[in-house]
Formats: sequence, C-alpha cells, structure tokens
Amino acid sequence: MQYMLLIYSDEQRWTEEERLACMEKSMGISDELTAQGKLIAASPLHSVSTATSLRMINNKRQVTDRPFAETTEQLGGYYIIDVEHLDEALDIASRLPPANKGTVEIRPLFPLPARRSS
Amino acid sequence: MSARHQQFAGLYKDYAGKVLATLVRLLGDFDLAEEAMHEAFLVALETWQERQPPANPIAWLISTGRFKAIDTLRRRQRFGELEADVQDLIDELEQHNKTINQQSIEDDQLRMIFTCCHPAIDPQIQIPLTLRELCGLTTEEIASAYLLPVSTMAQRIVRGKHKIKQAKIPFVIPDLSDLPERLDAVLSVIYLVFNEGYSASSGDSLLRTELSSEAIRLARLVLNLIPDAEVMGLLALMLLHESRRNVRTDADGNIILMEDQDRSLWQHSYIEEGSALVRQALATRRFGAYTLQAAIAAVHAQSTGKTDWDQIIALYSVLLQIEPSPVIELNRAVAIAMRDGAQAGLNIVDAILARGDLAAYHKIYSTRGELLRRLGQHSEAILAFEQALKLVKQAPEQRFLQQKLVQLKNH
Repeated sequence: MQYMLLIYSDEQRWTEEERLACMEKSMGISDELTAQGKLIAASPLHSVSTATSLRMINNKRQVTDRPFAETTEQLGGYYIIDVEHLDEALDIASRLPPANKGTVEIRPLFPLPARRSS
Repeated sequence: MSARHQQFAGLYKDYAGKVLATLVRLLGDFDLAEEAMHEAFLVALETWQERQPPANPIAWLISTGRFKAIDTLRRRQRFGELEADVQDLIDELEQHNKTINQQSIEDDQLRMIFTCCHPAIDPQIQIPLTLRELCGLTTEEIASAYLLPVSTMAQRIVRGKHKIKQAKIPFVIPDLSDLPERLDAVLSVIYLVFNEGYSASSGDSLLRTELSSEAIRLARLVLNLIPDAEVMGLLALMLLHESRRNVRTDADGNIILMEDQDRSLWQHSYIEEGSALVRQALATRRFGAYTLQAAIAAVHAQSTGKTDWDQIIALYSVLLQIEPSPVIELNRAVAIAMRDGAQAGLNIVDAILARGDLAAYHKIYSTRGELLRRLGQHSEAILAFEQALKLVKQAPEQRFLQQKLVQLKNH
C-alpha cells in the first residue's frame, strides 16, 4: 500500500537552525526507509513564495505567481512510502520532525489499473 | 412480522457481529464479508427450518459465508473483474482450517472494535460503524436511536467503510505500545453509546435500552480480552447507572431524585457486580477517571440511610486532579453542601460562576437554586431556577424545574 505524506507547517515559524536540524533528521529517516525498501520518493519544497499556479482558460494559459491557496500552514515537503497499512504510515509520520510543528496529512495513493500489454 | 422473519431477526442480532468480524479478517473486505454473511444467513433460514440448527451455529455461518465468498470471487473472476490477488485469496480461503474456535471469534470481534474506533475515522462515524458492524444493529435502528435521517446515517457508515478500505486501516489488535491510547478511544465510544442509550432525551425508549445493553456487552467483551483497570472501571460505571434505569423517572417520565428513589427497585445484581469491579480496579493502582466515577456511584448505591460524604468528596478531589473539569467541581460542591451545609456548597458554586465557567450549563443554576432554597433565600432561589429553566432543553427536566418553582412560589 502506497501513501503520500504531505507536510504542512507555517514557514515563518522555522529558524534557520531548526530547518537544518529538521533536514538532517529527515535525511536520516529517508535513508532508513530506503534501506527497508519503503521509500519511493521524498523531498522538501522551496517556500510557497516561489510557487507558480496555472489554469487553462479557453485553451489559454493563465499563470499566476502564487500557491493554489493562501493558508496559514503551507505544503513544505512530501514523502511517498510503500508500507503494509495505515498504522505503519502513521508510525512513520509521527517520527518526522515537522509533525511537532505542523501537520502531516496522510493520503493513500490511488492504484492505477494494470496496463494490458498486448 | 412473520414467525420466520422474527426468527431470522433474532438469529441475526445474536450472531451477525461475530460472524462478520471473522469474515472480515478472512476476506479482508467489509463489503464482500457483509454480502457473504447475508447469504449465509439466508441459507441458515432455509435449512434450519427443516433440520435442527448445527451445534455451533456461529462456526457454521462463518464457514457457509466463506464458501459463498469463494463463489462470489469466482464469479467476478469469470466476468473479468479480476483483481490482482483474487486467486491467492480464493486459494487461501479454500485451505483455511475449518475449525473456528471461541478464542479466534472473540479476537476478531476485538479487531473489529479497534478498527471501527480507529482515530483515523471521524468520531461521528465511529459510533454508528461500531453499532452496525459489531452489534448487528441495522442502519434504520441506529438512525432512529440518534434521531437522524436514515440516509444521513447510511452515508456516514458508507464513508467509514470506504475509509477503512481505501486508506487500508488494518484489521488488527494494536501493538502493546499503542494499546493505552487506542483503548481510550474504544472506551470513549462505548461510553458515548451508553450515554445516548441512558439519557432522558426523547427517542424510542426500547432502542435506547438496547444501546445501553450493547455498550455493556461491548465493555464485557473488551474486558475479557484486555483486563485493564479502566475497562473494569467503565463497565462498573455503566452497571451502576443501569441498575437505576427504571426508577429514575416515574410512570409519566418525571425525574425522581436518587434520595427519593425506591431502593428496593434498584437492580441489585448490577450493583454487586459493579461494586466488585470497582474494588478490583482500585486494587490495581493503575485506575483512572472511569474507575473513580464508578467508585463514587458505588458509594451512592451502597449507602443505606447515611451516605459517606467524606469518601465521595475525597474521590471527587482525586478525580479533579486526574481530569480537571468545572462539571466535576460542581458535583464536588454538591457533596460538600451535603457534608458541610448549603452555604459551603454555594460558595464554591458562585466561585465557579465568577470564573465564567459553566455560564450556559443549566445544572449550575438549578444547583444554586436548590442551595439557596435550603438557606431560606427563596426569592433568589426562584431567580436561579428560572435561569436554569431558560437553558434546559429536555422535557422531563423542564417539568422538574417548573415543579420546583411552583413549590417555591406557593411557599
């Protein structure tokens, strides 16, 4: 079962020191999950101030210099993991440093139907 | 309802929860398990008419459900709705040892309750899910007990089942390290079910009684497998309340206070069982809020003539340390008024109100009114009861307060 862990927190509430410590600890957890064959992908994201949003309106691109929604907590990174079930995903989420400062949203990945190879 | 349907309803109520829990474990899918269970019950209804029911009806129903599920899976396979691991599941089911013992049936029920009360499921959904999947109540019965439209309740249950399946909430008893936290959630669902069944608010009274007895049955089940002090405490608390269910109100639904109740009508077997559980829980020294509330209820239930207010006040004080709450403070104030006089109780009540706590809680005003009445300050008492009457929503309590006001004004 694959899950995406979306990490939300208030960007303003992190000091540079905390950010570095968080990065280091997160990398350690990533290495551990990789060794167990449980990590598919993970990365921190640049600040929402760098976000670009796009919509197609009448076949024309409408590009704006902002995130999808202005919120008090912002998406700051993600993990995609492959584990047995939700309880295991929750265990991993509870170890991520940003869980102490914000929210980790856990979403099951929708499995695509098997491609018929002819 | 025909005799046949009545028989079916009876069988369903007794066995559905147990059969379903094991089928969910075997099949790993709520919808498939429910469908298989219903088919198994239909076969039972046909064959048990002619012959005697089997010696172990639950094992028979599980086994029949298992074969029905294999049929369903085969059919899906033929129609090309094959999911990747269906064949593995069919093989596994066919090889599954037919003997299903009592322990595994109980473990499966426990898995079911932890799954239905998983914190990843909305609390509003945990309760109906538990009542339906574990207690065999129908969606219609749950909806009518909670005074909600059937469609609303059905939506909640469907959403819960989808969440379990799509987010893959595991069908397991939690690890020892997670158990205390997860057990808390289960106990609070059980207590909410009980309170819904016990509360004096409107609704079908038969269904309400059933909710309370289901809550007690669930607590017994959990206690059987997890002999934790707070499980004992919760079961004791519910039994002690339940012992007075039928004497709390008169034939017209009016409230009768505990001191005016006919104690000979209390259900004494419940009181004895509840009190024994309280002693057992207190002896573990790992007890919590449920045990303390049960201990207070036990002191009330056991006191013939003179209530041991010292002990009740001491228990409330410990309870306040574990779980600070203005409602518990108010209850403690009532006990203090009983021991040290109305003025001592009134001072505490006024201090709670001065803090701004409980300003919208009708019971603080009715308590205040009662204490003022005992102090002979009738006009102030009337104001307090009137304030309480403005806030109270339930008809029996409204009548109780109106009666108090009439008595005071005629004084």
